[in-house]
Amino acid sequence: MNRLARGAAVLVAALVIACAGPKETIVLLPNPAGQETAVTVTQGTRQVVLAQPYDGARLGRSGAEAFPSSAQQVQAQYGRALAAQPLPPAQFTLFFVEGKDEFTDESKRIVDSVFAEIARRPVADVIVIGHTDTVGSDTANDALSRQRADVVRAAFTARGLAADKVVTIGRGKRELAVPTADGVAEPRNRRVEILVR
Amino acid sequence: MTGTYSRRLVRGLLVVAAALGLGAAAHADVGQIKVATGQVSVERKGQSLPGKVGLVLETDDVLRTGADGSVGITMRDNSLLSAGPNSILTLEHFEFDPTTSDGRFDARLRRGTLAVVSGRIAKKSPQAMTVRTPSAVLGVRGTEFVVSVDE
Repeated sequence: MNRLARGAAVLVAALVIACAGPKETIVLLPNPAGQETAVTVTQGTRQVVLAQPYDGARLGRSGAEAFPSSAQQVQAQYGRALAAQPLPPAQFTLFFVEGKDEFTDESKRIVDSVFAEIARRPVADVIVIGHTDTVGSDTANDALSRQRADVVRAAFTARGLAADKVVTIGRGKRELAVPTADGVAEPRNRRVEILVR
Repeated sequence: MTGTYSRRLVRGLLVVAAALGLGAAAHADVGQIKVATGQVSVERKGQSLPGKVGLVLETDDVLRTGADGSVGITMRDNSLLSAGPNSILTLEHFEFDPTTSDGRFDARLRRGTLAVVSGRIAKKSPQAMTVRTPSAVLGVRGTEFVVSVDE
């Protein structure tokens, strides 16, 4: 090998060392829901804010440095981590007959979708949250919302879902899907939300 | 006088009750392993457990992945964290009230790669979730991001 080639090899090695990957890297990803999104990177007294998709920050000995990343770079460096991301929770809503803990007919079909979603996941856990409309007292509605959540839970366990996979919560009339005055019979508020995670 | 005293007593008891409640909630069932490939282990109180799909996680658990490993977890507030090969991830602190979404979540990446989708805690309060690396603190404002730590 001639001297020139050796010199070039040394130079390349030096460049590789000088450019050796930073110790820490952070990249903001696009938010599919399009909500406002940002990550603040604080190192001692210095702060870098990542606010646009693929804004990156490198943290080295010289402190935080902003850089533009890309979908390709992220896939190359973080592909394995991203591939291991769990499915986001799936949400379903069941509606009830007024003042009762019975499903409407349409809701019976939604139960089938819930079970399809549970089957799609290796270890699904299910959260069942009961709600009421504003007819009646808080006490009565708290009890009714819990009852509705329990009915859903019973329907699920009757179809073979293990009871310890289902958590029930009753929120009464505190969280209306459709805001109304007190004492209004609103079918869209008589509901149970189901999260399959 | 007696009124103020008893009110103070009641308030004191409520604080104690809240602390006990949070104390209990802070340890058991903060999340669950939903995805695992290759070698994954969870260190808990000096023991090493196999990091299998379905394992329920606790505060202070340390998740480790091998050279061929990766792991994905769903936290109780719907945050999704997933780590690539050769990673060490600690769930340092997790508190969550499912009714109000109030809580606090601090995770730490000591090594490797991590992808994060924040959940209800960060949505409710932008200061309530952080991810720490050896040299920095990442504040999460309702977001998806990736972070890596080379050793």
